[in-house]
Amino acid sequence: MKPKEQIKNILATDCGSTTTKAILIQYDPEAGRYRLIVRGEAPTTVEAPFEDVTIGVLNSVKEVEELTHREILQQDKIIKESSENRGVDIYISTSSAGGGLQMMVAGVVMNMTAESAERAALGAGSIVMDAIATNDKRMPHERIERIRNLRPDMILLSGGIDGGTIKHVTELAEIIAAADPKPRFGSTYKLPVIYAGNKDAREPVKERLEGKTDLFIVDNLRPVLERENLQPARDKIHDLFMEHVMAQAPGYKKLMSWADVDIMPTPGAVGLLIETVAKQEDIEVVGVDIGGATTDVFSVFKDRTEEEEKPVFNRTVSANLGMSYSISNVMAEAGLDNILRWVPFTMEEKDLRNRIRNKMIRPTTIPQSLQELKVEQAIAREALRLAFVQHKQMAVGLKGIQQERTIADAFEQVSTGETLVNLMNLNMLIGSGGVLSHAPRRAQAALMMIDAFLPQGITMLAVDSIFMMPHLGVLSKVHPQAATEVFDNDCLIRLGHCIAPVEKKRRKGGEHCFTLKIENRDELKIAWGELKLIPLGEGEKVKATIIPERHYDVGDGYGKSITITLEGGVVGLVVDARGRNPFSLPSKLEERINKLEQWNKALNIYPEKE
Amino acid sequence: MAHAYTPGLKVTARTVLRKERRLPLKGKVMVSEIGTKVKAEQIVARTELPGNVLPLNLAGKLGCDARDVKGNLKVKIGDKIAKHQLIAETKGLLGLFKSSVRSPLDGSLESVSDITGQAILREPPQPVETDAYIEGKVVEIIPDEGVIIETVCTFIQGIFGIGGEIRGEIYPVVEQPDQELTVELLNEDCRDKIVIGGSFCTAPVLEKAVQVGARAVVVGGIDDEDLKNFLGYDVGVAITGNEQMGITLVVTEGFGKIPMANKTFRLLQEKKGYYASVNGATQIRAGVMRPEVIITLEEDQSMKTTGSAESGMMEVGTPVRIIREPYFGELGKVAELPPHPMKIETEAKTRVVKVKLDDGKEVLLPRANVELIEE
Repeated sequence: MKPKEQIKNILATDCGSTTTKAILIQYDPEAGRYRLIVRGEAPTTVEAPFEDVTIGVLNSVKEVEELTHREILQQDKIIKESSENRGVDIYISTSSAGGGLQMMVAGVVMNMTAESAERAALGAGSIVMDAIATNDKRMPHERIERIRNLRPDMILLSGGIDGGTIKHVTELAEIIAAADPKPRFGSTYKLPVIYAGNKDAREPVKERLEGKTDLFIVDNLRPVLERENLQPARDKIHDLFMEHVMAQAPGYKKLMSWADVDIMPTPGAVGLLIETVAKQEDIEVVGVDIGGATTDVFSVFKDRTEEEEKPVFNRTVSANLGMSYSISNVMAEAGLDNILRWVPFTMEEKDLRNRIRNKMIRPTTIPQSLQELKVEQAIAREALRLAFVQHKQMAVGLKGIQQERTIADAFEQVSTGETLVNLMNLNMLIGSGGVLSHAPRRAQAALMMIDAFLPQGITMLAVDSIFMMPHLGVLSKVHPQAATEVFDNDCLIRLGHCIAPVEKKRRKGGEHCFTLKIENRDELKIAWGELKLIPLGEGEKVKATIIPERHYDVGDGYGKSITITLEGGVVGLVVDARGRNPFSLPSKLEERINKLEQWNKALNIYPEKE
Repeated sequence: MAHAYTPGLKVTARTVLRKERRLPLKGKVMVSEIGTKVKAEQIVARTELPGNVLPLNLAGKLGCDARDVKGNLKVKIGDKIAKHQLIAETKGLLGLFKSSVRSPLDGSLESVSDITGQAILREPPQPVETDAYIEGKVVEIIPDEGVIIETVCTFIQGIFGIGGEIRGEIYPVVEQPDQELTVELLNEDCRDKIVIGGSFCTAPVLEKAVQVGARAVVVGGIDDEDLKNFLGYDVGVAITGNEQMGITLVVTEGFGKIPMANKTFRLLQEKKGYYASVNGATQIRAGVMRPEVIITLEEDQSMKTTGSAESGMMEVGTPVRIIREPYFGELGKVAELPPHPMKIETEAKTRVVKVKLDDGKEVLLPRANVELIEE
């Protein structure tokens, strides 16, 4: 690879389960920064009849060539010498095609070491197929059966703090050995098992698993109860992902030889980028990437249970919530009624069912009519909502820690393992993935995110402009400056702040909720139930005071006013006083459709049809 | 760009097809020579799946320390054991108050741990066999794993299916591709047959097909509601093939009432009475798998194989089918391929294709929403 200062032309691809996306980034000497030039895409070709991921990569790069008139390929190979109109300096890639990385984890206690192991696997970009623990209420033979049937790509075995139990960890190793698991991609190689548990149990684990599996030993991921050490396990997962999983998928050996740095799992790369943003700006962030097969949710929230607030990164993947391959599962999990509640016209259940199924079996099609778009966005709301519910359950503080309590704590009854997700503290919500990034109007993405996540207080809404966070995530490993510059200027589109008061209990529609005083503008009175768009353009910032009524909280407590700087965006300032405790839609069909139409109009979501 | 890559399903009158028949784990290949002709039902590889295991807490049952379990064993590790056989016993006190453990199964003692005190007992191995699935000749032997079989056949891929591999005679019961498959059309004559329907079938039709002993149903479309009613549950992720419904279903076009493509219907009709291998297994993720109908033909190398619709180039004049609302299922020909992305009704900017429908009407569609077909 060339030295960093000589890198001027960067080609990056992301091989998704449905489409392969290529972007070209160039250094612009006039602006003195790196910028996104163009994006090309083509269907992913991991599957028959092609069964070679590189064909999709080449097709997407050909589109980049056509759009830029730059010659990048020569005899179906990437030209790695760049001149003014030819070649690139570096080629990098991420991938989630072929089902991504699928793992099983095991730990002694379900909500302690097994949960830590799950977090390590998720953080590395994996789907966790199952977590096994000595207290998972299953009989040993049931666990063995499960390991045998699932055929994961690899297993992460943890358990016991250093110096803790050896017996239980050994028992888990015995179960894995007895199952004699086979990897997903055929029987030609041994299943990789990573051991990241009690260091005193390494020998008995080795005795039981070495030879039967491909065993790797790394530092304990939970050396003491109070601390996780997930990085060594995560790094090992990445190495093995490349060596074992990727190398088995069709065409990946060739792709790996083209790439200048290791191919990263797509969610691993997005997570890395979100973690970096939160750190750089010192903010609390939720990011979501909704794909065809899976939906990933990333968050960085501060753990306020400790004296020194420290940011905690979490990632969850909802393996079967997505907009194409997994779209039927959204219907199965959310239920048809929950999807239909977002559809602003009458629709027969039978019709919806067939449409969803046809999207599943032909996943690369796109909505052509406005009606189809509305249906697709209704499904997206439910996929996002369900993925966030799962994230809140997983993004929790460490459980099982002894806490020093004062008398005051005893009254509060704060327990360990509470969710870290506090929407009132959330500063930024970033949406990514086809249905959000490619929504024809940005306001559609804004409302989909508000409806699904129900942000509270003041939250900046943003989207990944053209779905390039994975590319930038892997780029941040080799060229952080280029990644940051492109992220700030070309990738992150700020939609605008959302103001959403939280009521103590359900209120009556029309009741006065809060007053918004924006400097040099007329005072605004907002009623409960209202959704409103206030014009405030991209980059525009205004000083404002929000005075809530005594039953409403906008961030500082019930009835407490706040003075803050509000920022606009491509959508504007969104005021959402539709309620949070709980947010609900009218149950009567006609009323509900009227309400949806009213909200869609308020944010000018859809074009008026003649 | 005057052309574009577009996916499609394989529907071909004559092609050379290869199928890999592999054991789930290593075993014995039953065919020793390349070139051996095999029948569809013939077993080509055999192995033994290690038996189920049962962990037994010997230390707990004997009431002794985990380290002392091995000393109390009455059989050796690796020994065969019979159900109710004494496998461990403590010495007791002066020969009295002994604790003993008897085997709960026929099998063998695989291991005993001196850390956990657990014994792992294993049941006898279960035989697993792989058959040829299609009639043809062996062109490659994968040592210890299986074979690759080649056949000259009519090959039809469906879009979605349920149920696994099955074989039977092709038996069309409708006259036209747009005719519905109804309960009245199914009778005892359908027993052991691959029933070819037209545009649509319902859950009661599938139930009747099971009742009359049909092995498979091939049809243009089905309502998802009917599929749910037939299966008794909603298909979540599109991975099918293991349903135990007593029948295999292959849907060739999609969900809803959609006439079977002319070419598919014609091919199936021409092959009435031929023996076919059918598989409903569908996987639309991690290595796509579509349901299929394979009709082995008399081998005649002098005859050329025909092309297939599959994936290929789309050009002006190429026949296409629209695969998304609002023109879902309609057929037409490519009239124009505008090179630049254009705005469609949703306001999205995308690459488009102008299609002249069979009724003469011209419509502008996203390129992603058409697939190639053969006339």
